[in-house]
Amino acid sequence: MKAFTQVSSKVAPLDRPNVDTDAIIPKQYLKSIQRTGFGQYLFDDWRYLDAGDLDIPVAKRRPNPEFVLNRPEHRGAQILVSRENFGCGSSREHAVWALDDYGFRAVIAPSYADIFFNNSFKNGLLPVILRPDEVQAIFERVAANPAAAITIDLPAQKVVLPDGRAFGFEIDAFRKDCLVRGLDEIGLTLQHAGAIRAYEARRKIEAPWLFA
Amino acid sequence: MTAKTLYDKLWDAHVVRDNGDGSALIYIDRHLVHEVTSPQAFDGLRLNGRKPWRLQANLAVADHNVPTTDRSAGIADPISRTQVDALDSNCAEFGITEFRMNDLRQGIVHVIGPEQGATLPGMTVVCGDSHTSTHGAFGALAFGIGTSEVEHALATQTLVLKKSKNMRITVRGQVAPGITAKDIVLAIIGEIGTAGGTGYTVEFAGEAIRALTMEGRMTVCNMAIEGGARAGLIAVDDTTIEYVKGRPFSPKGENLDKAIAWWKTLHSDEGVKFDREVVIDAASIQPQVTWGTSPEMVLPVAARVPDPAQVADPVKRSGMEKALAYMGLKANTPIEQIVIDKVFIGSCTNSRIEDLRAAASVVKGKQKAANVKLAMVVPGSGLVKAQAEKEGLDRVFKDAGFEWREPGCSMCLAMNADRLEPGERCASTSNRNFEGRQGQGGRTHLVSPAMAAAAGIAGHFVDVRNFS
Ligand code: SF4
Repeated sequence: MKAFTQVSSKVAPLDRPNVDTDAIIPKQYLKSIQRTGFGQYLFDDWRYLDAGDLDIPVAKRRPNPEFVLNRPEHRGAQILVSRENFGCGSSREHAVWALDDYGFRAVIAPSYADIFFNNSFKNGLLPVILRPDEVQAIFERVAANPAAAITIDLPAQKVVLPDGRAFGFEIDAFRKDCLVRGLDEIGLTLQHAGAIRAYEARRKIEAPWLFA
Repeated sequence: MTAKTLYDKLWDAHVVRDNGDGSALIYIDRHLVHEVTSPQAFDGLRLNGRKPWRLQANLAVADHNVPTTDRSAGIADPISRTQVDALDSNCAEFGITEFRMNDLRQGIVHVIGPEQGATLPGMTVVCGDSHTSTHGAFGALAFGIGTSEVEHALATQTLVLKKSKNMRITVRGQVAPGITAKDIVLAIIGEIGTAGGTGYTVEFAGEAIRALTMEGRMTVCNMAIEGGARAGLIAVDDTTIEYVKGRPFSPKGENLDKAIAWWKTLHSDEGVKFDREVVIDAASIQPQVTWGTSPEMVLPVAARVPDPAQVADPVKRSGMEKALAYMGLKANTPIEQIVIDKVFIGSCTNSRIEDLRAAASVVKGKQKAANVKLAMVVPGSGLVKAQAEKEGLDRVFKDAGFEWREPGCSMCLAMNADRLEPGERCASTSNRNFEGRQGQGGRTHLVSPAMAAAAGIAGHFVDVRNFS
C-alpha cells in the first residue's frame, strides 16, 4: 500500500450529504475484474450527461459541464470535501479505488459510513473527520478561492487552511501507523499465525460443529 | 460475572488476539463469496503467493450478474460472463465450494447461507457485501466487508476489527394486522436515519421482533446497514433453532446437542447497559413507502410527499429538493396517487418463500394494472423457486400478468439485464432507493412484498390493508 504522510492540494467541493457508493461508482463498472481504471468513471451519473458502460470509451461521452469535478478550477484536486455520511451504501471497495485512481488522496467530511471508512485505509486514501462547522469553513474557503491549497498533515493530525487556521482530527493509532508506513495488513496478521492456530485448536473442542 | 450484550458475547468468543490498541484480531467462522467483490482478492492471493487459510469456511455463489431468464445458453453479456467465469475458475483453482449458476442451490448469497445451514447462530459471518447484516437474524455476528478484507479473510481466517458500540432497538408491543417485517425496518430507519446506527452493532428486540419468523427477522437485519449499522442482531430463541435444524450444513447428532446448548446462551443478559437505546411502539407502524433517494426518506402510505419549504435546516432542505427533483415528485402529493411503471418483488430483503406467499395472496385472481409495464417476481434461490412452484405460486403470479424469473439479485441493483429505464418508477421490495440503483434515471420506492403486489394490481400505491 502506498504511504500517506502529507498532502497539499486544492480541494474539490461536493456539497451533498449521504453521497452513496452507487453514486461514487455505479454498478455497471463493478463488472471489471481489475483493481485499476475506475477513476474515469468516478461519479459517473453526475459527471456525464449520457449513460456509460465498461465498453463505452469515456472520450466519446458528453461531460456535464455543471458537475464540480468538470469545472476547470477544481481540476487536479487531490482532496475532496463533502457532507455527512459519506460513502454510505454498498461495501464495494471500487468506490475507494475510483477515488484513488482519479487522483484523490484524502476526503474530508463530518462523518462516513463504516465500511467505506474502513476500505479507505486499506488503499491509502485518508478519510478525515472534521466537525460540521470546520467542514463548512472549508466549503467557504473553496468558494472564495478555489485555487488555494490546503494541507493535510497525517503525522501531526491536522488540516491547515491557506489562512493558517488549523483543525485537528482524530485517528486510530494502528490505522495511522499502517498509512504512514504503507504497511500490508495481511502480512502483519500472518505474523500471528500461531495465535490463529491456537484459537482454532481451542474452538475445535468448544464448538466442534464449526469444524465438522 | 458482568452482564454482557449479545454482541459482547459474540465478540469475546472470537477474539484471537487483543492488539492492545483498541483493535483485535477476530476469527471468522464463515466467509461467503460472490463474483463482484472477490476477483481482485483472489488476484491479491496469487500475487503474494498466498492460499486460503481454511477452505471449508468458504462458500461461493454467483448472484449479482446472473440472468433471470433462461440460462441454458449461458450469460449473453460478455462482461457479466467474464466476472462469473472468474469466480468459477478462482473457486476451482483454490478449491472453494461453489454453487454454480445452474445448480438448484444457487441464489442470492444472503438467501442461500441460511437456507443451507451455512449460517449458524454464534458464528462470525462475513461477505464482500453490505447486506451480510442479514445473517445477524440468527444471533450471528455478520457484516459486510470490502475486497481488501475479503482477501484478508481468505488468507488469514481473521479480520482486524475495532469493537463497535452497542445499540438496542426495541419494537414494543405487537404490530397491527397487515404490517410486515419490511414496514417495521423501514419505520425504524425513518426514525433513526441512515446514519443512526453508524458505529454501532444494533440488536433488534421486543415483542414485535420476537413474533417474526426467521424470514421476517432476516428482512429486518438485512436493512440494518441502511440504518448505518454494519451488523444487526436478533437473539437466538426456539424459532431460530427450529429453522436451523436439519439443514445440509447444520450440525447433526451429538454436535447438534452441544451446539444448541451454546446457542441458548446467545442473548443479551438481563439488565445489561447499551450505549444507546431506541424504543418504537409497534402499534404505531403503518405500511411504509419511500418517497426519496435514501431509505430514511420514508413515510406511511397514507401520508403526502413532504414539502422542503417546511424544513429549516438548509443542508437537509437541499437534500430533499434534490431527491424530489430526481424522483419527479411534487411536494404534498398523496403517496397513494403516485403512479408506477414497474414492480420488482425480490432481492435479499424480500425474496424468501414467505415474501412470495404474501405477494401471491394479494395478486391471486386479479390482473396487473394496464399502466404497469412489467411486474417481475425473482425468487431468492433455486430452492425457494422450487418450493413456490410446488405451492402453485408461479401460476398465481403468471395468471395475474406477473413474470416469474430465475433466482438472483436482478433489478435490486440492475447489474444484469433487468433494469429501469430513465424516468421509470418502480414499487420495489429491495433495500436501496439510491439514484440510479435500479438503472440510470430509474425511480425506486421501497415497500413490502404485499404493498408491491398491490401497487402492481392498482397501478399506484395503495394501503394493502384496504385492498381487496
Ligand atoms: S439482492 Fe441486492 S442488496 Fe442483496 S446482495 Fe443482491 S444486489 Fe446486494
